[in-house]
Amino acid sequence: MDHPFDAIVVGAGGAGLWAALELAREGVNTAVLTKLYPTRSHTGTAQGGVCAALGNLEEDHWEWHMFDTVKGGDYLVDQDAAEILAREAIETVVELEHMGLPFNRTPDGKIDQRRFGGHTSNYGEGPVRRACFAADRTGHMILQTLYQQCIKHGVKFFDEFQVVDLLFEGGEPDTGGRAAGVVAHRLADGQLHTFRAKAVLLATGGFGRMFRITSNAHSLTGDAVALCYRHGIPLQDTEFFQFHPTGIVGIGILLSEAARGEGGILLNDKGERFMEKYAPKMMDLAPRDMVSRAMYQEIRAGRGIGGKDYVYMDLRHLGRKVIDEKLPDITDFVRVYQGIEPLKEPIPVQPTAHYAMGGIPTNTDSEVVRDDKGTVVPGLFAAGECACVSVHGANRLGTNSLVDLLVFGRRAGRQMARYAGKVERPLPIADAIEPVRAELEAIRSRAAAGESVATIRAELQDVMMDNVGVYREGKLLTEALAKVKELKGRNENVAITDRGSIFNTELMEAQELGYLLDIAHVTVASALARTESRGAHSREDYPERDDKKWLKHTLAYKGKDGPSLRYKQVSITRFEPKPRTY
Amino acid sequence: MEVTLRILRYEPETDKAPHWETYKVAVDPMDRVLDLLIKVKADQDGTLSFRRSCAHGICGSDAMLINNRNRLACRIRVDQLGKKISVAPLPGLPVVKDLIVDMDGFFGKYRSVKPFLINEQPEPERERRQTQEDRARYDDSTKCILCAACTTSCPSFWARPEYVGPAAIVQAHRFIFDSRDEGSAERLEILADEDGVWRCRTIFNCVDACPRGINITRAILEVSSAIVGRHG
Repeated sequence: MDHPFDAIVVGAGGAGLWAALELAREGVNTAVLTKLYPTRSHTGTAQGGVCAALGNLEEDHWEWHMFDTVKGGDYLVDQDAAEILAREAIETVVELEHMGLPFNRTPDGKIDQRRFGGHTSNYGEGPVRRACFAADRTGHMILQTLYQQCIKHGVKFFDEFQVVDLLFEGGEPDTGGRAAGVVAHRLADGQLHTFRAKAVLLATGGFGRMFRITSNAHSLTGDAVALCYRHGIPLQDTEFFQFHPTGIVGIGILLSEAARGEGGILLNDKGERFMEKYAPKMMDLAPRDMVSRAMYQEIRAGRGIGGKDYVYMDLRHLGRKVIDEKLPDITDFVRVYQGIEPLKEPIPVQPTAHYAMGGIPTNTDSEVVRDDKGTVVPGLFAAGECACVSVHGANRLGTNSLVDLLVFGRRAGRQMARYAGKVERPLPIADAIEPVRAELEAIRSRAAAGESVATIRAELQDVMMDNVGVYREGKLLTEALAKVKELKGRNENVAITDRGSIFNTELMEAQELGYLLDIAHVTVASALARTESRGAHSREDYPERDDKKWLKHTLAYKGKDGPSLRYKQVSITRFEPKPRTY
Repeated sequence: MEVTLRILRYEPETDKAPHWETYKVAVDPMDRVLDLLIKVKADQDGTLSFRRSCAHGICGSDAMLINNRNRLACRIRVDQLGKKISVAPLPGLPVVKDLIVDMDGFFGKYRSVKPFLINEQPEPERERRQTQEDRARYDDSTKCILCAACTTSCPSFWARPEYVGPAAIVQAHRFIFDSRDEGSAERLEILADEDGVWRCRTIFNCVDACPRGINITRAILEVSSAIVGRHG
């Protein structure tokens, strides 16, 4: 079935929904495709807040927010993009309030703000209250509010349509082809549909499911990211993957940095507030990469709790009122998933794979670019976690994921509307569904004797967690590279038992595993090549940042035998790289 | 430990009717039912189908009938259920396959109550002000994740599928009691319909079912009172 539209949005998280809203306001005929229902998107799990220099409680300036973003990203951030992020954060947060978002309020009725990791006043002096929040369900309220507005503006949704291929007209992107639409697998009946459009936004989120312990939803398998790679678009900076310090031990569910923003502290087995040693000024509110490394150091030195691989986060001194009004959800998670009462006991935590700083390269209008010169793939856009604009550089600051998807989702929608007004709709492509139909059919008809999705996926998650985690080194990365290649080979014969066409979730998972394997391959190859330590990429064999050689972005292209790596310049406008201390 | 997990299975392309299948699963008492379903799918039967995403009670994908009560599979632990666990799809909605139900009608009702802020006043340059008391007025109903556990636990909904249902009323409540909203009259008119709030018989199943701890029956009663009081 062929669906002609003017714009297609793939993914219904914050970035996709805001873009759709802009398109609807401009009267562009738009469809949103999501493999879930929109309200199930992972934006909804963001907890602590969204930073904007409103200055509602103390002096603040967008320049300070920009500086923190650049420094937090260990100077790999593109500063032209960071400036836009910090400036437009203010108007997007205000606009969300106008849309009805139920922010917590100050006594005088303004949007309430709290402290968050790495966000400082006056270029690093000390913590600042910048994170606007709705209890500890800020992402939930953003997702709900944007979906509500999309309903109000009559946006057309195709729920539970999984995008399985991208379409181009006039050749593939590397020969100048333009985006022409997507192919989607309708989960309810297994049919393949084509959606034709002038402008296509990819907003499918992250790919944390390549790790064993992750805060990410099961659905975060990098679908659009891998599809871009397969179509010759490079992936940028995938070696930078953030491990959030405070995940629930063993299962990785996130306990927001807001807990530390409200005064929670980390303790080792001796009861010491160990962050004093690692970040004397910011302490527990140092950026996530530094806190995760500090936790590993403590654990390695035998100061994990009971000598084990976790430490404590202590909230007991915050009292019931703060916990109930400002941190109700995460303390509920602790009760449900750990059986612990956070008012009475400290909470065991360990780092959890959380956020991809890298992804599909874009410019500041959210247009996908395919080389180091910024050559645009006409009609193709990306925003949110799947994109790399790059505002997070080597390490993202807390709340900036939400700021990113709001600011660049909105910019994507506006630019798509302008672009769609200028070009003709692509013509139907003969046999558009054929490549992916054949691919899915091959998996479905393979003898059930082959290996299962679950087996290969578990081995991938293990090697990524154990060899490509918080600390890395050449030998472990080389092993991981070999393992990922082996798994890709074995995945050629992955077999499923479900032969049906209605909600064949096994087939869906097989498809997703292929995406994860491709992105893992790129991640490991990029990490192995980068012989320095910067932000979340910490090499024990190359412990220093090396600006002479490595102040540059990785661009990984699909080659014959694996990723082929090239590099591109970092945009530096206001802040020259300096040593990074907190 | 080992649990006996019974799952109501239905494969529409081959089965005439739903039927129970039994699985033995090795588990940790702190495992959640979702972990069990994932284990069965990985190790015993890859065709088992269910929705899941965030796996910690926020996305609302995995509401199902667990030991005869509507629960999110990712929020209920083995040690809360015992060694015999039964899992079936949410009651009252058409079953598509195994534990997957057709949610379109549910979301249609949600849309019918105008679940968005209505305020046509010119927007100020900065945020609208709202007092902490006014913000607290509708806090409870902002927690809703649209998982459908409440609506599908409601005997009034089972008896009359046209009933708009608790979830949609909670979503309406979220705006009716928001001091910034000007659309209450339209929403109350919709909910004053014969398939609106009056179908509630205060059975409180919805309150038991809600994984977010929302006092749904109270929200429904507050909306009912607002309808009664609107011409007063």
